[in-house]
Amino acid sequence: MTVPLTVEFSGGLEILFGGERTLNITLRPSDKQASSTIADLVKYLCDERMTDKRKELFVIEEYHVRPGILVLINDADWELEGEEEYVIQSGDQILFASTLHGG
Amino acid sequence: MPSAPLFSLCELCSARKPFLRRPKTGQKICQFCFFHVFETEIHNTIVAASLFYPGERVAIGASGGKDSTVLAHVMKTLNERYNYGVEFILLSVDEGIRGYRDDSLETVKRNKDQYSLPLEIVSYHDLYDGWSMDNIVAQIGKKNNCTYCGVFRRQALDRGAQKLGINHVLTGHNADDMAETVLMNILRGDTARLDRCTEIITQSAESPIKRSKPLKYAYEKEIVLYAHYKKLDYFSTECTYSPEAFRGTARALIKNLETVRTSAIIDIIHSGETFSLQRHGGRNHAKKLVAGACERCGYISSNKLCKACVLLDGLNAGKAAMQIKLEDSEPAESTGETFVRKQLESLSF
Repeated sequence: MTVPLTVEFSGGLEILFGGERTLNITLRPSDKQASSTIADLVKYLCDERMTDKRKELFVIEEYHVRPGILVLINDADWELEGEEEYVIQSGDQILFASTLHGG
Repeated sequence: MPSAPLFSLCELCSARKPFLRRPKTGQKICQFCFFHVFETEIHNTIVAASLFYPGERVAIGASGGKDSTVLAHVMKTLNERYNYGVEFILLSVDEGIRGYRDDSLETVKRNKDQYSLPLEIVSYHDLYDGWSMDNIVAQIGKKNNCTYCGVFRRQALDRGAQKLGINHVLTGHNADDMAETVLMNILRGDTARLDRCTEIITQSAESPIKRSKPLKYAYEKEIVLYAHYKKLDYFSTECTYSPEAFRGTARALIKNLETVRTSAIIDIIHSGETFSLQRHGGRNHAKKLVAGACERCGYISSNKLCKACVLLDGLNAGKAAMQIKLEDSEPAESTGETFVRKQLESLSF
């Protein structure tokens, strides 16, 4: 089952994705899986959508969102939603906001 | 199917859906309660430190970034809610960084209208013999340019405040910044700074203006969420001239610690506040600065020349050297077209 969703970037992360603040994405779960999680989305963003080589500004190790980047799922803190394990629903809005820039 | 149970409710009001987990306490709370606790904690910080007095005129150092935008918004809100009787003025420094500060200043100008607060902008260009950061970087490169910017900004804020007849400037330093500074001072072994860096009000011999940090206990995460949920208009782009590498390392450490244990940030600030460093006469006494005035610009300084004037001397000397070099090798802009042609004609290949 494919899942359409909207991904937004703020706090400077958009420069890693060709300056795009909003991406409309359709995720296709891999053969073994029935659904896609935030972890799958992050990997997809790194592999397919990131235009900047500096992956370390978005993820640490193999595709874990870098500490200091806030993730909101439909405006709610992802810590309330299971973080990387959250199963993405059709029409979800996922925001990645870097808090690392100056104030 | 929502992954959180349907009956999960805000831990403070038990009425609404929680939207965030507070890093400080781990509580899951709704947006409404979040605004309330976030603002009230800042109010409590202000009251506990007796930060303001009625009728005081206070400048808010405004960069257009998330911290100072949230600071301006919260100060205005609390001033009205609790009748501080403070007159706030936005004070911005234009470092002269094209594609960064010019855009963020546009944000500050919009904030001026949104919060109906007066705005004063002071620029490096006007204060420092035409040396904007763009010009400085063109001369010295990107390495160490933060040193110049830091010294110049501190003085620029003071001068802006003096111009307004104000001797109290608020800055948007948050809890993450505080924790980071504590760690950096420990790593550097800077005991003199370690002693003072967590104080909410700082008044140093090197600056005539009092600085304070009402957001010192506010987590960066909550500041970003506050700005996001309140839909505040702020500017978020990294400075073009790269952040300090050392600060970056300490920052990464803080963020990693926060992931493991969210209270780490407030814990580090608490440690910083409760450090009691033993004084052993000699060294610290010798270090005590005697406030005088810079011979050239009159700014408060413990040496003959203030730091900004020393840096300016270097820049001006370099500039002179560069102009000589330019005249030697290639014509400078002002020398005119005829001169250029002559120079070209005289070249032999």
